[in-house]
Amino acid sequence: MPIAKVNGVEVEFEPGMTVLQVAERAGHEIPRFCYHERLSIAGNCRMCLVEVKPGPPKPQASCALPAAENQEIFTDTPMVKKAREGVMEFLLINHPLDCPICDQGGECDLQDQAVGYGRDGSRYAENKRAVDEKYMGPTIKTVMTRCIQCTRCVRFVSEIAGVEDIGMISRGESAEITTYLEQAVGSELSGNVNDLCPVGALTHRPWAFNYRPWELKKTETIDVHDALGSNIRADARGPEVMRVLPRVHEGINEEWLSDKSRYAVDGLMRQRLDRPYVRRDGKLQPATWAEALGAVAERFNAAKPNKIGAIAGDLQDAESMKALMDLMDAIGSPNLDCRQDGAWIGGGERGGYLFNSTLAGIEQADVVLLVGTNPRLEAPLLNTRLRKQWLAGKMRIGLIGEQASLTYGYDYLGAGPASLGKLSKDFAAALKGAQKPAVIVGMGALARDDGAAVLKAVADFAAANGVVRDGWNGFNVLHTAAGRVAGLDMGFLPRAGGLPAVDMVKKGKLDVLFLLGADEIDASATAAFKVYLGSHGDRGAHGADVILPGAAYTEKPGLYVNTEGRVQMAERSIFPKGEAREDWAIIRALSERVGQTLPFDSLAALRAKLMADHPGFGQVDYVAPGQPLNLKALGAKGSLGAAAFASPVKDFYMTNPIARASATMAECSAAASGARAMAAE
Amino acid sequence: MIGVLEDKDRIFTNLYGFHDWGLEGAKQRGCWNATRDMIRQPRTWVIDQIKNSGLRGRGGAGFGTGLKWSFMPKEVGARPHYLVVNADESEPGTCKDREIMRNDPHLLIEGCLIASYAMQAHACYIYLRGEYVLERERLEAAVKQAYEARLIGKNNVHGWDFDVYIHHGAGAYICGEETALLESLEGKKGQPRLKPPFPAGAGLYGCPTTVNNVESIAVVGTILRRGAEWFAGFGRPNNTGTKLMCVSGHVNKPCNVEEAMSIPMKQLLEEHCGGVKGGWGNLKAVIPGGSSVAMIPAEQCEDALMDFDSLRDLKSGLGTAAVIVMDKSTDLVKAIARISYFYKHESCGQCTPCREGTGWMWRVMERMAVGEADPKEIDILLDVASQVEGHTICALGDAAAWPIQGLFRHFRHEVEERISNYRSRRGNFAGATLAAE
Repeated sequence: MPIAKVNGVEVEFEPGMTVLQVAERAGHEIPRFCYHERLSIAGNCRMCLVEVKPGPPKPQASCALPAAENQEIFTDTPMVKKAREGVMEFLLINHPLDCPICDQGGECDLQDQAVGYGRDGSRYAENKRAVDEKYMGPTIKTVMTRCIQCTRCVRFVSEIAGVEDIGMISRGESAEITTYLEQAVGSELSGNVNDLCPVGALTHRPWAFNYRPWELKKTETIDVHDALGSNIRADARGPEVMRVLPRVHEGINEEWLSDKSRYAVDGLMRQRLDRPYVRRDGKLQPATWAEALGAVAERFNAAKPNKIGAIAGDLQDAESMKALMDLMDAIGSPNLDCRQDGAWIGGGERGGYLFNSTLAGIEQADVVLLVGTNPRLEAPLLNTRLRKQWLAGKMRIGLIGEQASLTYGYDYLGAGPASLGKLSKDFAAALKGAQKPAVIVGMGALARDDGAAVLKAVADFAAANGVVRDGWNGFNVLHTAAGRVAGLDMGFLPRAGGLPAVDMVKKGKLDVLFLLGADEIDASATAAFKVYLGSHGDRGAHGADVILPGAAYTEKPGLYVNTEGRVQMAERSIFPKGEAREDWAIIRALSERVGQTLPFDSLAALRAKLMADHPGFGQVDYVAPGQPLNLKALGAKGSLGAAAFASPVKDFYMTNPIARASATMAECSAAASGARAMAAE
Repeated sequence: MIGVLEDKDRIFTNLYGFHDWGLEGAKQRGCWNATRDMIRQPRTWVIDQIKNSGLRGRGGAGFGTGLKWSFMPKEVGARPHYLVVNADESEPGTCKDREIMRNDPHLLIEGCLIASYAMQAHACYIYLRGEYVLERERLEAAVKQAYEARLIGKNNVHGWDFDVYIHHGAGAYICGEETALLESLEGKKGQPRLKPPFPAGAGLYGCPTTVNNVESIAVVGTILRRGAEWFAGFGRPNNTGTKLMCVSGHVNKPCNVEEAMSIPMKQLLEEHCGGVKGGWGNLKAVIPGGSSVAMIPAEQCEDALMDFDSLRDLKSGLGTAAVIVMDKSTDLVKAIARISYFYKHESCGQCTPCREGTGWMWRVMERMAVGEADPKEIDILLDVASQVEGHTICALGDAAAWPIQGLFRHFRHEVEERISNYRSRRGNFAGATLAAE
């Protein structure tokens, strides 16, 4: 490896690294505003100036300068110090210095670097410039006078998010960052520009003036709004999660987060079930835990085991599903299902329902076929990876399903299952010749009556195209529910003779139906006695006969398994609301009353049992790409329907009870549908 | 004889538009003569001739044209090569390319063909300044003539397939910066790119590209016809050739003239321009190379030569050889304040020092023009100028700083005097400005 000297100390670096990276490697911090590891290099803030020899006798922008062998880099010379002070002074002359009323205060790059690298005072005696506020959508609050024109936001939306909504207009001093005609940023990732903004020009609109960063208790946990299991940090003050920020996880969310995962947190304070309810005289009325659990136990004891059913919802942690599963097994009920959308998947080999290439690994694929999925809505941060590779010209993408705007170009190959058999010649040849072909099949293809047959067809197609080969497994199932893979892993599925979820809710099939956070299934047809355990007064609670208030994802420790089969541990940030309890504890209490006391008294004991029964849950944050998979065994023979595939996500902002309770998500949803209507006009 | 250069050695023989600008007239003046033979020579011969002629880029920076050409990849790889001609002549005081395109457009087109051949480019883009409407019409007409005469185009008589495209800019000064020009040509906002990579590696549409000034290209044909030695015979070593000089300001006959390099400035002004208004003694200062170089005071003008090295030694520059003459009636501070406004107005706003610094400098300069400043602000202003200079992506930051530095280098006493006058009239106390208003 080549060697350069940083402040006289030799440091090895990899070819292609910039001077800034080399200096960082040598342990010298380089101040910067416009430079960001995951965005293209703009080199316009000029804060990262360093002295380089050999080179011209003037400071160089280290972010854009390739390091060279035997280069001497100086980060602490008088020239560098003066250059930094000069740039900082320039940045501040038109900056309003309104830190006391700025939401960025306390976590502001400009503040920090002004202290670290700036002059002690300003010599600027003229009037400051002021810039009009802009409207950028419901997630972005703008105070454009604070903007330092680093263009991180412009580069993020155009490069990563794939919408060209933000740009810089005018020139010189009059340069302004704005959206085209003040439209909302039409991206599911718009909130990331607020994180990227190094000053307080773009801040989180939903959380404006709500907190100061130093007041918050930070908890590192896992997101449940899609099946990716993005790593997040929940920042809470007292009983309320004030905000959610992404954490870096290279394998999952890099350092981005979708707007739903980020801004739906205000839904945690609305529509909450904070006490048990029992339906009396046709109305849900507040009750004590003893009454509620007693009412449930009475029905459980009265019903025949095969007339009792349980459906686990999309946001459930593994522990609560395990507790309920063990209870149902103890009772002897065969009716268990974690697939409330009716997806024909699960059982058999684990690879049959996982995103086998892994999220990071999909970037290695050269040809990808999307079947019945809209990754932009179902997993925005998977979509960015596809876009990244497409943009680099390294990936060709085909789509069977809804023809939607995905932020990248794709070969549209058809709408329904039949299209699998008649790909365009061009794409079929590309797939045949691919080194690492991949198929991504979504719930839009599997959650339908012929789902099993579709799965078989897709698996056969994948086998014929060598999607699974030595060291590469490109057969990918993209889930939309955070709790789904955990449920499938532990076998929260109908036992022999048991009913799948879609049948359980049919009229007359069951006498007692236990909904564990299941809100996406319509249980109005069945006359069964319905028990709802969950956090929000949403669809599941509305029709319930007993409501057992549970904890939302920020209120309980729990294990989640994401779509690639990665087990992740979420932590409790705040406590459940009111009388609500953690889900597993409620089921444990119920089991005692049903006479089938579950053998654990603590979460630790429950986890121990879970890991003993299903060892996979012990491998936290572990995935193994490239596992062999017998594609022939997947799915079932059957006739393929003619209906077109449709993504299960109709409205990105309204996919679960938390998001539906969120005022921010409602606003986003309205803005997004408004934007669509305008585009069609 | 007037000046140094004899009429027989002029390249731009129709500089004043007295003759036919069209193809016939151009041919009579020698243009398109023996072009075919040049194209039959190996391209290294062409590049070597230009190198030997000592031609330095006429756009202002004075980088060796032959050397620049030799940076292009030797063989055409997967990406085509392009020649881009920078006709975005926006430097205040400069009007040389305008005359070439108006009156000798065929010299430019011929030069484009030869240069493209030397760099193995089959396409050339001429990026025209937005305000040059007549020049565009002329150039387009001349290109049409050349196409019709099969001098250029596919299967032309010269045997090198070659197309010329004329692109009309929108009138931004920054688009004269070569990478901003390429951005603008690609349809994006005209903002300079980071270098490296240089255009010879990744230029227009990411392909190897050379960007040359109009004059640099237009002289190529004549250099090859008459030989590198002929061209190198004018001027001093390292500053060879003939050069179009645009003299404006306080001279009796402002003019555009082709002269040999290294002509003494005094001779240029006296012989070609009828002298400074009110006589040489009335001269106060000269900006020798367009608004972006530092001014030199009258006493230095005595011995200054119009070439790169002489003016560089005087801490100024030849730039585009746009000589702006200012006599003793000139308010130099106000003049520089106006130039500062120009750079503030034309800054692209991409990088911090230029975006913020040009406005700051302009505002202080405006106050100094009336004397409404503190004497210590002069040093602050110079410090700010030094914080802009050399800290930016492109050279516009330097260009904004140099005129101010030049003013204070030679006429600091004038500004100080003005400040003290202003203060004595108004009284020297805190808040004097407000009290007076």
